[in-house]
Amino acid sequence: MKGKKVSLQKKWFTLLPVLLAILMTGCDKMAVLDPVGPAGESQKNLILYAVIFMLGIIVVVFTIFAIVVFKYRANNPNRKPEDYRPDHHGNVKLEVVWFVIPVLIVTALSIPTVTTLYDLEKPPESSQEKEPLVVYATAADWKWIFTYPEQDIETVNYLHIPTDRAIEFRLSSADSMASFWVPQLGGQKYNMAGMENTLYLQADEEGVFKGRNANFTGEGFTGQTFNVTAQSEDEFDDWAASVSEEAPELTQDKYDEILAPGLLDETMSFSSTHLEWVDHGSNEGRDYSVERHGDKYDEGLHLENKPGWAPDEIQQ
Amino acid sequence: MQLDEFFVTGEPLIYAGMVSIVLVSATVIFLLTYFKRWKWLWQEWLTTVDHKKIGIMYILSALAMLFRGGVDALMMRTQLAFPDMNFLNSQHYNEVFTTHGTIMIIFMAMPFLIGLMNIIVPLQIGARDFAFPFLNAVSFWSFFFGAMLFNLSFVIGGAPDAGWTNYAPLAGSELSPGPGINFYLLGLQLSGIGTLATGINLMVTILRMRAPGMTLMKMPIFTWSTLITTFIIIFAFPILTVALALMTIDRIFGSHFFTLTGEGLPMMWANLFWMWGHPEVYIVILPAFGIFSEVIASFAQKQIFGYKAMVGAIVIIAGLSFVVWVHHFFTMGAGAFVNSVFSITTMMIAIPTGVKIFNWLATLYKSKIVFSAPMLWSLAFIPSFTIGGVTGVMLGMAAADYQYHNTYFLVSHFHYVLIPGTVFACFAGLIFWYPKMFGHKLNERIGKWAFWLFLIGFHLCFFPQYFLGLDGMARRIFTVGPEWFTLNFISTMGAFLMGLGFIVFVHCVIYSFRFSPRNIEGDSWGYGRTLEWATPTPIPKYNFATLPEIESHDALIDMKEKGQTTFDRDKLEPIHMPSYTGQPFIMAAIMFFASFALVFEWITLAVIGLVGIIVMMIIRSFDYDEGYHIEVDEIIETEKKARGMTDE
Amino acid sequence: MSEQKTDDVALEYSTHQGQMNIVGFWIFLAAEISLFSTLFATYAVLFGRTAGAPEPAELFEAGTVLIMTFILLTSSFTCGLAIHNMREGSLKGLMVWLGITLLLGLGFLGFEIYEFVHYAHEGATIGSSAFWSGFFTLTGTHGVHVTLGIGWMIAILIQLKQRGLTAVTTRKVFIVGLYWHFLDVIWIFIFTSVYMIGMVV
Repeated sequence: MKGKKVSLQKKWFTLLPVLLAILMTGCDKMAVLDPVGPAGESQKNLILYAVIFMLGIIVVVFTIFAIVVFKYRANNPNRKPEDYRPDHHGNVKLEVVWFVIPVLIVTALSIPTVTTLYDLEKPPESSQEKEPLVVYATAADWKWIFTYPEQDIETVNYLHIPTDRAIEFRLSSADSMASFWVPQLGGQKYNMAGMENTLYLQADEEGVFKGRNANFTGEGFTGQTFNVTAQSEDEFDDWAASVSEEAPELTQDKYDEILAPGLLDETMSFSSTHLEWVDHGSNEGRDYSVERHGDKYDEGLHLENKPGWAPDEIQQ
Repeated sequence: MQLDEFFVTGEPLIYAGMVSIVLVSATVIFLLTYFKRWKWLWQEWLTTVDHKKIGIMYILSALAMLFRGGVDALMMRTQLAFPDMNFLNSQHYNEVFTTHGTIMIIFMAMPFLIGLMNIIVPLQIGARDFAFPFLNAVSFWSFFFGAMLFNLSFVIGGAPDAGWTNYAPLAGSELSPGPGINFYLLGLQLSGIGTLATGINLMVTILRMRAPGMTLMKMPIFTWSTLITTFIIIFAFPILTVALALMTIDRIFGSHFFTLTGEGLPMMWANLFWMWGHPEVYIVILPAFGIFSEVIASFAQKQIFGYKAMVGAIVIIAGLSFVVWVHHFFTMGAGAFVNSVFSITTMMIAIPTGVKIFNWLATLYKSKIVFSAPMLWSLAFIPSFTIGGVTGVMLGMAAADYQYHNTYFLVSHFHYVLIPGTVFACFAGLIFWYPKMFGHKLNERIGKWAFWLFLIGFHLCFFPQYFLGLDGMARRIFTVGPEWFTLNFISTMGAFLMGLGFIVFVHCVIYSFRFSPRNIEGDSWGYGRTLEWATPTPIPKYNFATLPEIESHDALIDMKEKGQTTFDRDKLEPIHMPSYTGQPFIMAAIMFFASFALVFEWITLAVIGLVGIIVMMIIRSFDYDEGYHIEVDEIIETEKKARGMTDE
Repeated sequence: MSEQKTDDVALEYSTHQGQMNIVGFWIFLAAEISLFSTLFATYAVLFGRTAGAPEPAELFEAGTVLIMTFILLTSSFTCGLAIHNMREGSLKGLMVWLGITLLLGLGFLGFEIYEFVHYAHEGATIGSSAFWSGFFTLTGTHGVHVTLGIGWMIAILIQLKQRGLTAVTTRKVFIVGLYWHFLDVIWIFIFTSVYMIGMVV
């Protein structure tokens, strides 16, 4: 009876790495492991590098565990008297070994971590010959506002970027702390009111990618998403020109209306930017939204789920 | 204020909550009245200063909170099980994950472990009680009323909804008006005071009340882990006290610590919170390590391997726990240098933890493993926690963390360390020491069923979440589409399996209460190694009649070899005992009243409550009750009865 | 255990319970250090964030703060004298010096209240800006500690009158003494890192 349980237990634990292996074969489809730009690529490589070490550790621990639990169970019929040493209490050599090995692993993991960290602070090397395109990404409850100072245009809840050129995102928030994240382009960074974070991302492939706020910001958080369209430089220029010509100008009244807490039904485009009167990333702009809309959080949105609204589905 | 603003209305689940609160209260009142147990409740429990009874009350409260937090978890998993579910709306979902996190950490994990420490630590070191039994009762009641205050928010005023981390500026009065966040701030403050007092109390107890001969390096590992935990509590909890107080002042008195107006710094909340919050993680994991060490050594029938290394590892982990807090917000933009430093300190924690894992494995080497229920929980911990640990190292690599942060990868990781670490330890410790608390064992067969259901459910629930995270599923979203259906559905099934495991465990408790044999040995399992098993079962009020000279960290093994017991007639002396008193209960009740008033910003009532607290402190200061003595005759009588000895 | 008496030690250390209370209080003070460190750190981080409210250099008055510092330092000295008298076995000396300590503490509090009211009139309150929130909370927390200390001393003086010098009362005096010296040390840090730096910068 008891013996059966032991083998069951062993099987269950050896099953885990197998399960892991099966699930890992689906890696290519997972957003983080399917990057389309250099930032995401370097992070993917770092992740897979770490996974190799981690799988190694898991295999070692699970194997030793399975062997000792199986072999030294009290009711093992094949027990020999020398299999029980109740006063066995230490072995300096062994303890040094399993102190040194983790030290080596941590060292091996630290080096690429640090180099990647420094690399991510700069525009990617592959597009060094071009100046990065500056885009202000401002979070507001619960939408995204993208400002292109060079093109003098602004979009809400959608983003167009040229491929093969670094984008310098200047991140800030009009109110609560959000996190700008496009998994297939690369890792996230926080948007905070009153300060500015810089994040360099780049797309090497054309396509539409999901982006979202990853940091909880309250009732409309789930819906605080946007699509990123990566297109060739020419197509991007055409798009920017058409927005500049066709879209209405952004007035301060209209902008204040957009900032009010709530979800928008549609995306928007404007042929001028809000930077003319406020930069939420500066100390002066930190309380711009709260001063205007601080009283609107009393009433909840009573947000219900709507079919087809879930954030993992791209709406074209 | 209108009544419909005071009570939360319009939600069927909340009405159900109200009805169940009323029903449970009514049942309790009826039963107490019917069986004429009011006096018993007051005299034996509400006024007790006995560490064993206080420990039991801690554990019962923690189990109740585990139930509440578990129901929250199941509600969340139900909402996420199918695409486009409308079981919970966004607001309600936010409240549920906030209360789930807060309750599980603050009102479940910590009190559960503190409950076990309460009962076991004085017994392991041969003490009569805590150093300050009165303060211990104050600690418990302030925790208890803090938990009640927090739970009240579900039906009165509205639950907090800014996540258990309660980040500013979202949690500030501008973006989160109303009493919800105040419940969080004051509930935690109240119970935090209790935790700090327990930390001081336990530290003095361990430093000054050990049995003769028990030097620090002869203490059982659980006591060691408790001592180190109290260090962390003493230096970390004041930070939480300050952080909570500052935000309370922000919200109620209009200051600008974390606000967007007045040049406040919302970022500072994240720093203060995690300067407490990361050490807090180790407050709930180190005692768990201690429990596993005790259980594994006992049921492997072998000394713990590398005692000194085990102690050293705990000390190093505790030290490192104070210098890693930035890893909770690598994405805040502190720059490559800061992130590199905190990345490395974070990964360094894996070194002592790895040493511990291998020492546990080495303890099993050449041992004689008995598969009792507590041992199963402890064995399952090793591989499960290893998965949580290695993914923790992955998260510690800051550059990669930009991709894991705020996703289900992170959610899965911390459940993989907190459940196999803390929750498994709570079950293992509870079942292991159950006979010392209640005088009978838990049924092993049902207990093992509960274990297997919970273990399988756990892996089924959280393993898929790693992959959801890698596919970009952010945490705290309240609905998902068909793309992530399969993995989410498996996860939900796992969660319900864990729920089933919990129900089976409760059944096990009730079944054992009715049918388990009484009259068991002091060393109830027959494998005990430390002093708590030297006492008779049930344990006399005074714990130890006499104590032998302690010579190693496996005190009972030595005593058995020499034929010593804790009842040596030649050494008997009258034992001093503290008197029971209702003051701690009343004082905490007044603190509850004052905090409740402050939640609704009724300043006059809060001030009245504050005056009440001061009056209670003055009463205490003038209280010169010296306690009483248990005479030698009574000790002999008790011990003979407990040990089944006849007059010779 | 608490009644085991040890010879040749001060009365407050003569019982096991008394020793444990004193050790426990030292540990409590360690927690207090952590608490005040957090408040100091908060204050330092918020330094200069006045958001249009008056600057500290405009309001801080060297004279008032010097008097407050002098009063509190003296009270620490008189508190030491009280403990000295206690060790000498002089109940009267103890009560007199403890009474003087208490009066000095009240004087300190009076100046602090005057200071706060004065700042409020000049337009600096806890709600004026992040800096002033930090200032009032840090100095206010110290002030609340002093207030509690005064109440505590009054309670102990009454108990001394009722019971004289016993193992319990001397322990209480000793502990309140520790507390009082601790508050003095905190004040020295406030004096240097809040007022002196605030007046210079």
